[in-house]
Amino acid sequence: MRPALNFRTIVTVVLIAALVLLPLYTGLSGNRFLLTLFTRIVIMALAAVSLNLMLGYGGMMSFGHAAYLGIGGYAVGILAHEGVLNGFVQWPVALAASALFALVIGALSLRTRGVYFIMITLAFAQMTYYTFAGLARYGGDDGLTIYKRSQFVAPIDLSNKTQFYYICLALLFGAIYLVWRLTNSRFGMAIQGARSNDIRMRAIGFPTYRYRLVCFVIAGTLCGLAGALLANQNDFVSPSIMYWTRSGDLIIMVVLGGMATPFGPVIGAVALLVLEEALSGITEYWQIILGPLLLLVVLFARGGIDGLLARADSKVRS
Amino acid sequence: MTLFIEQCLNGLQFGLLLFLLAAGLTLVFGIMDLVNLAHGSLYMIGAYFAATFAAWTGSFVLGAILALLATLLVGMVVEVVVMRRIYGRDHLDHVLATFGLILFFDEAVRLIWGPAGLSLSLPPWLSAPVQILPGVNYSAYRLAVIVVTLAVAGFLYVLVMRTRIGMLIRAGASNREMVGALGVNIKLLYTLVFGLGAALAGLAGLMQAPILTVQIGMGENIVILAFVITVIGGIGSIRGALVAALLVGFIDTLGRAFFPDILRMLLSKEAAATLAPALSSMLIYLLMAVVLVVKPEGLFSAGNK
Repeated sequence: MRPALNFRTIVTVVLIAALVLLPLYTGLSGNRFLLTLFTRIVIMALAAVSLNLMLGYGGMMSFGHAAYLGIGGYAVGILAHEGVLNGFVQWPVALAASALFALVIGALSLRTRGVYFIMITLAFAQMTYYTFAGLARYGGDDGLTIYKRSQFVAPIDLSNKTQFYYICLALLFGAIYLVWRLTNSRFGMAIQGARSNDIRMRAIGFPTYRYRLVCFVIAGTLCGLAGALLANQNDFVSPSIMYWTRSGDLIIMVVLGGMATPFGPVIGAVALLVLEEALSGITEYWQIILGPLLLLVVLFARGGIDGLLARADSKVRS
Repeated sequence: MTLFIEQCLNGLQFGLLLFLLAAGLTLVFGIMDLVNLAHGSLYMIGAYFAATFAAWTGSFVLGAILALLATLLVGMVVEVVVMRRIYGRDHLDHVLATFGLILFFDEAVRLIWGPAGLSLSLPPWLSAPVQILPGVNYSAYRLAVIVVTLAVAGFLYVLVMRTRIGMLIRAGASNREMVGALGVNIKLLYTLVFGLGAALAGLAGLMQAPILTVQIGMGENIVILAFVITVIGGIGSIRGALVAALLVGFIDTLGRAFFPDILRMLLSKEAAATLAPALSSMLIYLLMAVVLVVKPEGLFSAGNK
């Protein structure tokens, strides 16, 4: 047994507490910007958690995960544009559309391995990007303004910023719980087994292709939910939310936080987006710092922040 | 008919240009097992260098040659500083590291050349149209691009299949340790191969520069097409890259030119106008999906990966 009080646990608990208490602080200080920023961070963390399920636990290096953000977002946007404002319609449609899309893309992409898989998921995501950019009826390149957020029954009001933040946070925690339960189930064990040795898993009788596909679809659907939230937060959806650099951002969050750990993607999302915000405050050319920083993480910080914390823990113990 | 011939030539020209990118990508992957997302950055840098050097020297050809050498140099520096450290790592590490490089290069270009795009104008002897068939005129520059890329493709073939360096490259691809043990400086060889890939990307960029605007992010859109090509052709296969590049070049160009008309015949005018732009940009991805269903390893898989 690991001692209960270690850096990893402390950081996780502090982060959760901070996320839960944040609206209290922003309410008292009147810092609305911080609440908006963190709503976005929580939504992106949800997307990163979904990517972690397939990338971290399943070993499927999708470089097209942002496509589901777009599908979920456009499902809400298009329905709102056509006058369907009911969230009980919009959100299930967003989830179903992402699931269906993930099923088709997954069924094709999972026929391949390794670098082919990376490039194919990337290419399909770009295809989706160009498809939505070509839809003149729904704004094309310029995107689609959403005039009214999804409507739910009486007490739920997505236009209330604090309430919306807590809804996003609750969904994020729900997703983490779901992924945690999944990865500790028989299904999750099979997925992780296929990640480490696919041939052996098949030899002992697991149809790994189907397991992977189910994992792919669950991850895509969860990310579609994040897309629906993102569209509601921005009151706007445009093809740029599924541009391939977004997929890159999601991968960075997962790797930076720590792959195949339940809270790693959340830590990664907070770290990356806060860092971006801080760097863009310093210089207009902040990506010239972020790029090399990323290189350094790849070269020297294996296992991401979670790995660093784990190493710090083992040092303290020894 | 004239339009059709013209579009076919455009398709050929675009396909050959894509081949230059895909060849570099597939060469680097086949030999170093390296996934290089930043390949498009080298394409962009080639174009920026060409525009700058052509303005300095006042000569298009001289500018192009200088740009080619400069891109080769940048490629070799990138190999020594970054890539060398990540060979043998997980592909995910390659993706992240080269993604970091893209951010760096995009921002560096913005810092040096500013956010506005550049343009590269052609000398008069290249900008005039020439008559290729009775009554059919075609851009002299695009013809020149076709000739140059064909020459480069021939050069690549001779280099890889018929020279000592090419032999070492192929040997290094199949067994790195063995070639090193036989006394070949494999590190230098890798640097040269990466530099060659960079130069090919730079050449593609500088040749595309007069046709399109030179701008930040220009490499990223086209490099994804190059990925599609390497997947269709089979990663590591230069022959596959050539066939797939031509296929993609033709389908993309002809699709954009004629697909809306075909759609208009089948559907109502409004439906066609809505769907055509979205569908014609999907064509090559559909091609990729079909190839994947039939041959998941690509048309000409190199077989050793």
